[in-house]
Amino acid sequence: MRGLKLIPENINLGFIQRRTLFFIFSALLVISSIGLYVSKGLQYGIDFKGGILIEIKTTDGAANIKAMRKNLSDLKLGEVGLQEFGAPDEVLIRIQAQEGGEKVQQEAIAKIKDALGSGIEYRRTEVVGPKISDELLWDGIYAVGAAIFAILVYVWFRFEWQFGLGAVAALTHDVISTIGIFSLLGLEFNLTTVAAILTIAGYSINDTVVVFDRVRENLRRYKTLPFPELLNNSINETLSRTMMTSVTTLLALFALYILGGEVLRGFSFAMIWGVVIGTYSSICLAVPVLLYMKIERRGNVGGSNEEAAAE
Amino acid sequence: MIYFAKWKIILILGICLLGVIFAAPNFLSSKQAASLPSWMPNKQVSLGLDLQGGSHLLLEVAVDSVLSERLDAVVDTMRTTLRKARIKYTGLGVDGLAASVTIKDGTQAEQARQLMRNLDVDFTVEVTDNNRITLQLTDKAIRDRRTAAIEQSIEIVRRRIDETGVREPTIQRQGENRILVQLPGLDDPERVKRLLGKTAKLSFHLVDERQVPELGGRVPPGSMLMPSADEPGPSGRPRMYMLKKKVMLSGDTLVDSQPTFQDNQPVVSFRFDTVGGKRFGKVTSDNVNKLFAIVLDGKVISAPVIREPILGGSGVISGQFTVQGAQDLALLLRAGALPAPLTILEERSVGPGLGADSIAEGKIASLIGMALVVAFMVLVYGRFGLMADIALLANIILIGAALSLLQATLTLPGIAGIVLTIGMAVDANVLVFERIREEVRAGRTPISSIDAGYSRAIKTIIDANVTTLIAAVLLYQFGSGPVRGFAVTLAIGIITSMFTAIMLTRLMVVVWLRKTRPDSLPI
Repeated sequence: MRGLKLIPENINLGFIQRRTLFFIFSALLVISSIGLYVSKGLQYGIDFKGGILIEIKTTDGAANIKAMRKNLSDLKLGEVGLQEFGAPDEVLIRIQAQEGGEKVQQEAIAKIKDALGSGIEYRRTEVVGPKISDELLWDGIYAVGAAIFAILVYVWFRFEWQFGLGAVAALTHDVISTIGIFSLLGLEFNLTTVAAILTIAGYSINDTVVVFDRVRENLRRYKTLPFPELLNNSINETLSRTMMTSVTTLLALFALYILGGEVLRGFSFAMIWGVVIGTYSSICLAVPVLLYMKIERRGNVGGSNEEAAAE
Repeated sequence: MIYFAKWKIILILGICLLGVIFAAPNFLSSKQAASLPSWMPNKQVSLGLDLQGGSHLLLEVAVDSVLSERLDAVVDTMRTTLRKARIKYTGLGVDGLAASVTIKDGTQAEQARQLMRNLDVDFTVEVTDNNRITLQLTDKAIRDRRTAAIEQSIEIVRRRIDETGVREPTIQRQGENRILVQLPGLDDPERVKRLLGKTAKLSFHLVDERQVPELGGRVPPGSMLMPSADEPGPSGRPRMYMLKKKVMLSGDTLVDSQPTFQDNQPVVSFRFDTVGGKRFGKVTSDNVNKLFAIVLDGKVISAPVIREPILGGSGVISGQFTVQGAQDLALLLRAGALPAPLTILEERSVGPGLGADSIAEGKIASLIGMALVVAFMVLVYGRFGLMADIALLANIILIGAALSLLQATLTLPGIAGIVLTIGMAVDANVLVFERIREEVRAGRTPISSIDAGYSRAIKTIIDANVTTLIAAVLLYQFGSGPVRGFAVTLAIGIITSMFTAIMLTRLMVVVWLRKTRPDSLPI
């Protein structure tokens, strides 16, 4: 009973030869992501923008969103967004942050509840005042920044600084492009998205470290093998594992995306994207980047200074 | 790598067994779990408010209002002291965290300084330009006042919430001047919010019965205008009362307050302590037939005529109350006044329906995700995949046990963390299996392939997992509420998956290897 092989044995794809292609693709991806972020911006959720979010379920059949929208816009609370949320009798209402501090937000809720009337189950009410939304945004930015820095330090410590830079280049690419796809599709960017981004960072670096580990091992083992070939071999040798783990993770994530409910959909979407882009960047960015960094081929990478045969 | 000492085997199986034992209460209903004898593990995973339904409120105490009250009070004492000593002054007032005054006659400045110095220990006295005296609140006093205000606020918030009958509320201080309130099972916190939104400072004042128009529309010194809580005035705005500024009695001497009925109208009865009761008796005796105003948070609730002295130390507040309004007011008076106003910075309430749906959806997603991963592993690695699957199951059980033991809160993002872990947990096994495949390809014997596979993969597994752990720790550090729940399950999942992959699967592989002594590996 031999198992199925996702990747044929002795596969040898030319990842390193095609590096220019990958670099151009990734550069375009990063540039367009930044461009989108600057021009279109992000659809911040109330966590970061402040405001009111109410999820309701009508108890007597499908919700009449049109009527609700009219009722609510009559309240003159500024921007009011209504959308069906998972089922015809479930509606998500978003109200922009009200001018005039924290107290006014509470008054607005009372007005909304009045305007919606009876026959409604309030499934979720979230109010984030301007003070908290500011703090949450900064906390999120600090967290992502600190994570990237901590990972850089760890990889530097375990490998060498060149590897650390390669890993962080790939990581930053993943984070920026995730922000880009959220901007492109106009998906809500909230606290769980930040959680997803941090997890993507963890996942992507996990992938990268596995390939780097193999590069380091091969550097010790094959002291005269040309560097590009050595890198390419390392990628191919670990390709089967890379694909396996991506597939199992994606299987779980698709289950979550489809069955996990409306609230988690944004999170699982970000993660699915992150797994795909993280896998790509580990193979096609993090490793080829090493080519441009002077990695000394000593007998023992990260260890003694004993000079070994050069390329 | 393929040798296990006996104690190690016992340890590994022991941990798994403990996992099963500690995870087991989660399969019971909460009632059944609570009725387990105390020597048995009976802790269940505690569900976050987003899963069990409930309200999360983040409150801010306006601590600085306590300081400004303190300063206002000192200005009052300064005024009376200087007047008593017949010292002429000008420019008396509050300036930031200080109160200052200018003495008109420079020769009296020294005398004034002496008086001010003995006024209040919380202030330092400074003289500038010979005749300008500044009383500065000391840093220690500021700190003490703030701490006292927060602590007292927490106490009052707790009392008010306890009175509403919410079960197992969590009320804790957060940061400098914030209070986090979590109310499980309460999905409509309107009443609690209304109760917390009131400072509930009660005071009794005599009404200044001189008519305002006679005074040319000016409010005489020592009196003040105050709106009625519910009586409309002529212009549609609330009716205004003119009250004497002097507080005859305040709410802190109240010992009890209950909603009741008088002439079929809801009213609130109250009772003073001995000191307050005596004072109340004296005030009512001295002012028979005068109007006596009851003021709550700067609004006049009612201003009845004192018909006769009230000597029993108790009375009734009548106003235009609803039944609920009378209940709320009685509750507020019983629980006491907040030292400073509270504002709600953040509210997150989830109804029980959504929570239950989230749990159901999370369960299905986990089960289907797990089934897919399990099937895929068997498809790719055959018998070895099956072993990895058993380890995966053990992993989930261990996560459940760890969550129950640590009493960590499982949130909706936490469920996402578990589903994600299901997908990523097999990674450690995948690393080992792929390595074994490579070693087999390199022509090694089964035993030596497995040995080399494990010893070479372990370093990679650790490196790869530590980086994810870093992300999880930072997420916990910076995240709040539900996101923290995600960080917790992710971190626990990483640790348990390393254990199950390196220890449990390896044990299974080794046992199988010893039993069958295969010529080739089915991998």
